[in-house]
Amino acid sequence: MAVMEYIDAIRLAIKEEMEKDESVFVLGEDVGVKGGVFTTTKGLLDQFGEERVLDTPLAESAIAGVAIGAAMVGMKPIAEMQYSDFMLPATNQIISEAAKIRYRSNNDWSCPVVVRAPIGGGIFGGLYHSQCPESIFFGTPGLKIVAPFTAYDAKGLLKAAIQDPDPVLFFENKKCYKMIQGDVPLEDYTVPIGKANLLREGADITVIGYSMPLHFCLQAAEELEKEEGITAHILDLRTLQPLDRDSIIEAVRQTGKVLIVHEDNKTGGVGAEVAAIISEECLFDLDAPIMRCCSPDVPAMPISPPMEKFYMLSKDKVKEAMRQLAIY
Amino acid sequence: MSEHQNLTDVVMPQLAESLVSATIAKWLKQPGDKVEQYEPICEVVTDKVNAEIPSTIDGVMAEWVAEEGQKVAVGEVICRMAVEGQAPAPIQHHQAQQDTQTNAAAELTGDQSMRSRYSPAVQSLAAEHGVNLSMIQGTGMGGRITRKDVLAFVEKGGAARPQAGTASEVKSPFKDLPHANPAVTPEQYIPKPPQPERNSGLHMSESPKIPPIEVERGGERETLIDVTPIRNAIATNMRQSVSEIPHAWTMVEVDVTNLVLLRNKLKDEFKRREGYNLTYLAFFLKAVVNAIKDYPIMNSVWAVNKIIVKRDINISLAVGTEDSVMTPVIQRADQKNIAGLAREIEELANKTRQGKLKLDDMQGGTFTVNNTGSFGSILSYPIINYPQAAILTFESIVKKPVVINDMIAVRSMANICLSLDHRILDGVICGRFLQRVKENIEAYTLDTKVY
Repeated sequence: MAVMEYIDAIRLAIKEEMEKDESVFVLGEDVGVKGGVFTTTKGLLDQFGEERVLDTPLAESAIAGVAIGAAMVGMKPIAEMQYSDFMLPATNQIISEAAKIRYRSNNDWSCPVVVRAPIGGGIFGGLYHSQCPESIFFGTPGLKIVAPFTAYDAKGLLKAAIQDPDPVLFFENKKCYKMIQGDVPLEDYTVPIGKANLLREGADITVIGYSMPLHFCLQAAEELEKEEGITAHILDLRTLQPLDRDSIIEAVRQTGKVLIVHEDNKTGGVGAEVAAIISEECLFDLDAPIMRCCSPDVPAMPISPPMEKFYMLSKDKVKEAMRQLAIY
Repeated sequence: MSEHQNLTDVVMPQLAESLVSATIAKWLKQPGDKVEQYEPICEVVTDKVNAEIPSTIDGVMAEWVAEEGQKVAVGEVICRMAVEGQAPAPIQHHQAQQDTQTNAAAELTGDQSMRSRYSPAVQSLAAEHGVNLSMIQGTGMGGRITRKDVLAFVEKGGAARPQAGTASEVKSPFKDLPHANPAVTPEQYIPKPPQPERNSGLHMSESPKIPPIEVERGGERETLIDVTPIRNAIATNMRQSVSEIPHAWTMVEVDVTNLVLLRNKLKDEFKRREGYNLTYLAFFLKAVVNAIKDYPIMNSVWAVNKIIVKRDINISLAVGTEDSVMTPVIQRADQKNIAGLAREIEELANKTRQGKLKLDDMQGGTFTVNNTGSFGSILSYPIINYPQAAILTFESIVKKPVVINDMIAVRSMANICLSLDHRILDGVICGRFLQRVKENIEAYTLDTKVY
């Protein structure tokens, strides 16, 4: 075990998998000589050489396309999108090629690619450096999507993603990079894709979320328990696709009151699908309307600090939503 | 402790826009100490500045929430203060809590609009346990009976016929429809490793300590020293200045013989009357400030498509300590006489060496002066204090043979060096500026007044 930052856990996962498996390589903008704009891939070029750490042109469609092609002939590429905001030119490759190749070739071909992309705002990044694009890819059968919120999960999920035989989108939260630290085992382990993780047990409300806002949920839950005796049952989805239906249903049945939290905007987000599952499966267990605490449906992350603060979730916003649900 | 005491939270203030946290360096008030409003309660360190946090109220230090060495985010509570008698204005958070409590209390007796609205969960539980819902007191919003109310009622023995079936057996009619995602089968999941004992991956209670300035052994013949936040800030600023600003350099020699005589005449009397030293630097600063008034372009900033000339002349003074250099600012230096400047120099130098500079002391500088002569230098090539246009140094005063009117005299001489941003300034203007500084210094006579 070692205490490390979220970003170090990601770097360690890549390093371990590259050491273990010759067919794993990374490619992306500035991942080599510079070591990534966030230093996620720092040191990999020196260790593995330029044939396994490729600096690419500024063309996300090419990064994804090259990675998908390499994956189809047996390599295990890790493609980095510098910011998930820049990922949209690659959506055609990811959705139309990577996600569908196993199905359309009747299982002859597969595409074990990992696409890493930093999501999330609150870093004064404005429109082009803050988006959460989960909902664009969410609901595309054939893709797996994971979004860790701790250093432990980041390493375990990334290793699982690299070992996965199918395309996985790995959405890492850029605000967590340096802010979040935690115990990470130095030995080889994975966090299973497709399994949610119960973070906290409680009797009053169930909170379901993923990625960075879970830190707010945990802090708020701690405070609500201490101040008002409200206990929260908190479930980390960990994998957004496929959603862990059983864990969701089980968590809902604990309290009958559900709050879904995510930073992506409210309409058409992952939370909408979670709410739909709950209404399909848990009607007679519900004790309150399903609530969502998400970013507003604003076209872009504002660059003005007060407006960014308005847009972003915070511990106080989540706490207020949790309290409202508890007293319902 | 009297009954009328109220505890008030004191939070970490926003020390500068970009700061998100600060580290508590030292508590200045112990629990039990009396504290007046604006009195410093603790010292904090950030990578920008060391500062003292003033108390927001009169009261008594009740407890420390943050320990020394702990990094605290802006807005988080650092300590609690006890206030006698009159309750302090409650912070918003408590207000909201009180509101919800009073609301809830009012709803118990008053608003019953939701009393007969039964959620599916409540109806399922009532049917399962044979509970008559009209016998249950609702604690939810608008008198609503919540799921927990039913469970509590059942627990207290209110159920008529227990175990008529469990809620989980009530299935959605769509239960068996194939709506699982067919593209992903369980076989594709990675086998689950033994899960370590953890309900949460987060350790909110743990807080990072200040990185120790610790000397480790790295190989046989070298030692490694951790970079402190201040060292890091200096490195960043220096690097930014050198890489962005095209530096040019020039130097003139000044005859300070008369100034030496003037200061020697005044200094003892001045020290006795004012309690602080009359330094050469005060005279130099006055000469520089007056020269800047004649050449205001020296007091400017490069803004790519324009040059911003600052009207206020705020002199950043480079002050060295054992392990760093800081540039506190003499605000509106042009409005002060020599005695006033001497006082500012003394105060800022003392604050710097005691690590007591506040953020206000560090902001707004428009031109930097460095008294490099104080450590014996006779010539230096200073780096501009970004984003200013120039920096000037005073070198050591040295007695030299000088030719005056074809005769050799022994005079006290000193060099003045100037680094300039060559995007804004050129040789001619800087030459004139330095000549004006030189004239101003050489114009001091035994009759010059310092007040």
